[in-house]
Amino acid sequence: MTPLLSVRGLSKEYEVGRSLFGKTTKTVKAVQDVSFDIAKGETLSLVGESGCGKSTVGRAIAGLHAATVGEVLLDGRSIADTPSAGWHSRVQVVFQDPFSSLNPRMRVRDIIAEPLTNFGSTRAKTEARVKELIDLVRLPRDAGDRFPHEFSGGQRQRIGIARALAPKPELVICDEAVSALDVSVKAQIVNLLADLRAELGLALLFISHDLAIVDHITDRVAVMYLGRIVEIGTRDDLFGAPVHPYTRALLSAVPVVDPGQRRDRIVLQGELPSPLSPPSGCAFRTRCPLAEPGCAGNVPALTDVGPGRQVACPVVTRTTADVN
Amino acid sequence: MTLRNPPIAEALPPVFEERTPRTGLAALILGNLSTSIGLFVLFLLLLIAIFAPWLGTVDPLAIDPTLRTRPPSADHFFGTDKLGRDLWSRVLFGTRVSLIVGFAVAVAATLLGVLLGMVSGYVRVLDGLLMRAMDAVMSIPSILLAIALVALTRPSVLNVIIAITVAEIPRVARLVRSVVLSLRDLPYVEAGVVSGSSSAKILRRHILPNAIAPIIVQATYICASAMIIEATLSFIGAGTPASIPSWGNIMAEGKALWQVKPMIVLIPAAFLSVTVLAVNMVGDGLRDALDSRLVKDV
Repeated sequence: MTPLLSVRGLSKEYEVGRSLFGKTTKTVKAVQDVSFDIAKGETLSLVGESGCGKSTVGRAIAGLHAATVGEVLLDGRSIADTPSAGWHSRVQVVFQDPFSSLNPRMRVRDIIAEPLTNFGSTRAKTEARVKELIDLVRLPRDAGDRFPHEFSGGQRQRIGIARALAPKPELVICDEAVSALDVSVKAQIVNLLADLRAELGLALLFISHDLAIVDHITDRVAVMYLGRIVEIGTRDDLFGAPVHPYTRALLSAVPVVDPGQRRDRIVLQGELPSPLSPPSGCAFRTRCPLAEPGCAGNVPALTDVGPGRQVACPVVTRTTADVN
Repeated sequence: MTLRNPPIAEALPPVFEERTPRTGLAALILGNLSTSIGLFVLFLLLLIAIFAPWLGTVDPLAIDPTLRTRPPSADHFFGTDKLGRDLWSRVLFGTRVSLIVGFAVAVAATLLGVLLGMVSGYVRVLDGLLMRAMDAVMSIPSILLAIALVALTRPSVLNVIIAITVAEIPRVARLVRSVVLSLRDLPYVEAGVVSGSSSAKILRRHILPNAIAPIIVQATYICASAMIIEATLSFIGAGTPASIPSWGNIMAEGKALWQVKPMIVLIPAAFLSVTVLAVNMVGDGLRDALDSRLVKDV
């Protein structure tokens, strides 16, 4: 069975710094050799620190910029060969900032209707669908006639979700969709997304740095560090028994509610290296508690360590193999 | 694990009272003293321009050699010039030229500049070419450029308008380009891309409505600048032909008598100053009103 979405060897480089005659002097490798699949109705979360390239992956899948290398396929068909209407009627985005992602000079009705009219819906159909969507995301009935500035952050994010759902997409990319919201509103929106996913059979690509939220909503998790996936697996496997030293450090940083519970925090030393000059070999070796001299050599490849579970760390995979 | 909330439509009251931006905008503009005064003066000038033939004027071109350089009187409110023409009539008819040139240039330069600026800011491959062309035009002082363009053709009001428009387009184009560049990466523009809107539709629906405030303000400054350039061109004889009275050519004809009859120069100069001041007051008021509105939106 072909998955709904396949990302194959995706890399994205940005040119920074140009000489006088337009020659590129430096490139930032924001994303390197990222591959994963999302099945119909499945939720995959991309997690990692700011600047690890998780949003860049989302933007490439959303068609907001072209990949430098690699392919993005929907049902086996590449984004490069699909016209915008064909792609965006199936893949939609919920943006991070509920304030700047809605045009302040358009009425909510027109904001939600924009993808519908672009994808050839008739006037009557559009009107009915907009009403349906306003109910679906649980906005007040009269929301359509109003402007975005009349709504709170959580309500605006509902408008953004309604717009994304308008063309009945199969995959919705939630790019830090709840990060800008208050904790209580965040829970409402995450629950709304979870309900809608179940109701509509949506696949989600959930991009977030908030592991508690990810734990709540996701089926599978991919952890990124400096532009590469370092570990990928099901939620229970990955959160239950993290393998990669970076994943372990990341999970140990999640706040725990119970004050009596003992926590073994792994505190990483140093700063995130500059993506302009990443370390040779494994990019994490400069901060890794398990780093060996050999880590500076080749970039570690993702290795299978279980069903649907891959890790890019030769040190831990070797030691786990020894234990077994 | 599951922490479901009940449906919450009724628990979400509107956070602000109903308010549409349009009425808010009108209130802001009219509530601004500077804009109100400027608009009032411009309205008076517009009435003068329209009703000039009925405001106690005679033919502004009628020469009467027996009544040269007369002081103000009941027949000639502002006196007469060196050819015996009625100065009151000439200044009032001159209002027409200034207003027509000012508004025509503001509209034409803004429309063309917005077009070029939006293309330049959104279609990056054309950006370098268009902006270097704009730089080339801007590198020539606008009055010199206008003189050269009028000199190539015949002096007429239309040619003056075209010449000043060409000189003013780059100012609008550069402003619009910079605004488009700042808007094009905003999430709601990207949301437009994801919603399948074409580049033309994104420019029209998402970028232009949000860039309109600085464009309107710039248009008022261009209107004022065009009036001054027109007067300058007419003063040096490269603008409005002598057969049409304009404040610039009235001053030009009065300058020979400057030491004995300064009124012939000072009256049209005062009209020009008041008009330009009024236009600039409208512009300043609009800038403040639209700025504070932008702050409020955020």
